[in-house]
Amino acid sequence: MEKKMISLTIDGVHVEVPEGTTILEAARKAHVHIPTLCFLKDVNEIGACRICVVDAGARALQAACVLEVAPGMVVRTNTPEVREARKTIIELILSNHDKKCLSCVRSQNCELQKISLDLGIENGDEFAGTMRIYSVDDLSVSLVRDNNKCINCRRCVATCNKNQGVGVIGAVNRGFNTSIESAWDQSLAQTACIGCGQCIVNCPVGALYEKDELQDVWTMIDDPDLHVVVQPAPSVRAALGECFGLPMGTNVTGKMVAAMRRLGFDKIFDTDFAADLTIMEEATELLDRIQSRGTLPMITSCSPGWVRFCETYYQDFIPNLSSCKSPHQMLGAITKSYYAEKASIPAEKIRVVSVMPCTAKKLETRSPGMDSTGYPDVDAVITTRELGKMIKSSGIDFVNLPDEEFDPILGLSTGAGTIFGATGGVMEAALRTAYETVLNKELEKLDFHVVRGIQGIKEATIALGDVELNVAVVNGTANAAKLLDAIRKGEKTYHFIEIMACPGGCVNGGGQPIVSAQDRLNLDPRIERAKALYKADDEMIYRKSHENPMIKKLYDEYLEKPNSHRAHHLLHRHYVKRPKYQNQN
Amino acid sequence: MATKDQEKYLELEKIIEEHKGLPGALMPAMQKTQELFGCVPLKAQQMLADGLNATLSEVYGIATFYSQFNLEPKGEYVISVCLGTACYVKGAQDILDRICEEIETMPGKTSADGRFTVEATRCIGACGLAPVMTINEEVHGRIMPDDVPSILAKYKK
Repeated sequence: MEKKMISLTIDGVHVEVPEGTTILEAARKAHVHIPTLCFLKDVNEIGACRICVVDAGARALQAACVLEVAPGMVVRTNTPEVREARKTIIELILSNHDKKCLSCVRSQNCELQKISLDLGIENGDEFAGTMRIYSVDDLSVSLVRDNNKCINCRRCVATCNKNQGVGVIGAVNRGFNTSIESAWDQSLAQTACIGCGQCIVNCPVGALYEKDELQDVWTMIDDPDLHVVVQPAPSVRAALGECFGLPMGTNVTGKMVAAMRRLGFDKIFDTDFAADLTIMEEATELLDRIQSRGTLPMITSCSPGWVRFCETYYQDFIPNLSSCKSPHQMLGAITKSYYAEKASIPAEKIRVVSVMPCTAKKLETRSPGMDSTGYPDVDAVITTRELGKMIKSSGIDFVNLPDEEFDPILGLSTGAGTIFGATGGVMEAALRTAYETVLNKELEKLDFHVVRGIQGIKEATIALGDVELNVAVVNGTANAAKLLDAIRKGEKTYHFIEIMACPGGCVNGGGQPIVSAQDRLNLDPRIERAKALYKADDEMIYRKSHENPMIKKLYDEYLEKPNSHRAHHLLHRHYVKRPKYQNQN
Repeated sequence: MATKDQEKYLELEKIIEEHKGLPGALMPAMQKTQELFGCVPLKAQQMLADGLNATLSEVYGIATFYSQFNLEPKGEYVISVCLGTACYVKGAQDILDRICEEIETMPGKTSADGRFTVEATRCIGACGLAPVMTINEEVHGRIMPDDVPSILAKYKK
């Protein structure tokens, strides 16, 4: 049914919007910008911070983010009263904020800083008084929480609860003493946090950020005895440009490689190559599980946030997890074995740095078994944002760099590896290979549109000859919980499920450049960045993992065949049950 | 023989069972827990969260928001020092500080021997006695910091 249209005026401009629209959204039609802080579309719409107040003709000012339009409403957003109220609100927030913008990771990309500048706040000390001083929680290997910058907007809390179904942070205490904490004032490291970092990308300020590993990386690069290999995940190339002001969805693969070379890395390999390798292993594992009546559904294991979620909250599904390591771990293991042999470099002299759209990868790489060669598969994991910082601090003119190519021999990839970064991408890549492996004939239409897109749960039935494959694709661990609950109840049965912890998949991972809540109303990073990957896939020479010539060579020369003994040793892993609460008393 | 503590946790399991599936079950279940233990301890919060489909953060948030919930059991004697306006201007903060010093604890906390819990309260309506405090049901008015040791001594026996 068509929604009823409501007409109203905002700052004298007549607009017509569907019933149920908020003043905040309606104002955009009138080209009026209303500032927001606690507002996060569909996730945190609680009207708490009050910075979006407008005069809608009522006795008091009202919050535009939660106030719905009404017929004939006259809204004014630029009265002296509104301006004064907004300034007071910002001054009050700043009165308990550390204001150390100079050294803040979010400087120039901070929603509070932007509003303060826009409103002409001077020193932010109009209500100077008692400040709460918090110790910074930096015990987690993925993320850091600094409550001295927190504005209690609760966007992280809503994200952790609603999108991720984890809920390890919440509002604690009352009034001026309110703060966002884990229960019993524990460090995040002591909770069942999955490390996904969605709280970071949804924080309006610098209260949440990744655990920085840049100093470790610089030390490796600066050591002449070490051979330092870097590998970027598929999604990094679809978002890194945003750190340098390029439009969302710009594919910067060539510039990224050029920048990495200038940073001093000895070899630039591609996690996309390892994504192809993952597909070879995972598709084989799937077909084997189907043929040998093994545990089904098989669930992908590329997303360490999801793996941690499974190990903690859905332990009965651990046998369903694919035993494949995630692509960057595979590449690390192959670099320190096959590549080390080929290049005659002792493995102990090699360091592998992964650039990931992800903060949970920092957790993953420290998990047991991630050292199949006797050395850590991966020595440091940095996020897309950290790579951006490295490039900036090195004075590299990123935007004007020429396009350069990945290094042989582990830099060649296919379109199938590239789309790993988007929700549905791993499924699609696996289907391309499974289809041709099972039927031994060429797949005519490579695009499986049914598994693309940002819906939380997608389902499809794919015919592989006389086998009907029931598949599901899930993004956001709260959606994973829904699907797994349905499977537990016997309402659903599948053969193969792809689960990515972050909404939209890795393109919108917790390590990606941060897009403000307001900018997200214009452009959805989940869609725009995925477009860049699907476009790249479309333009690739090879679009199926098993056609990657370097993958064929790797199996011929070294691994023999997928799921071989050596492949198992290097490329597969085990899982552990993790307690939900650490301190049972 | 189950210990007293084990019995309480068995009782808590019953409370959780009774509240399962009911709308808004968490708060009443927490109140029952508070009555049972004299506080809502960590393990009880974990059981409440798991049993009533909430997160531990949610339970802890509620427990720290409302003053009728405690995280630790209260002491044998609850000392409430009024910090209402009248008492405050008459030096109630000094009284509170002195008490904390004497029994080596902090406002909102319980002394190591479990005897005293110290709380700062809002106006108790006895401004004529300012500065005033209550120890359980007994009222002590117009006190000076130096009166604190002798008052506390009465309860130490």
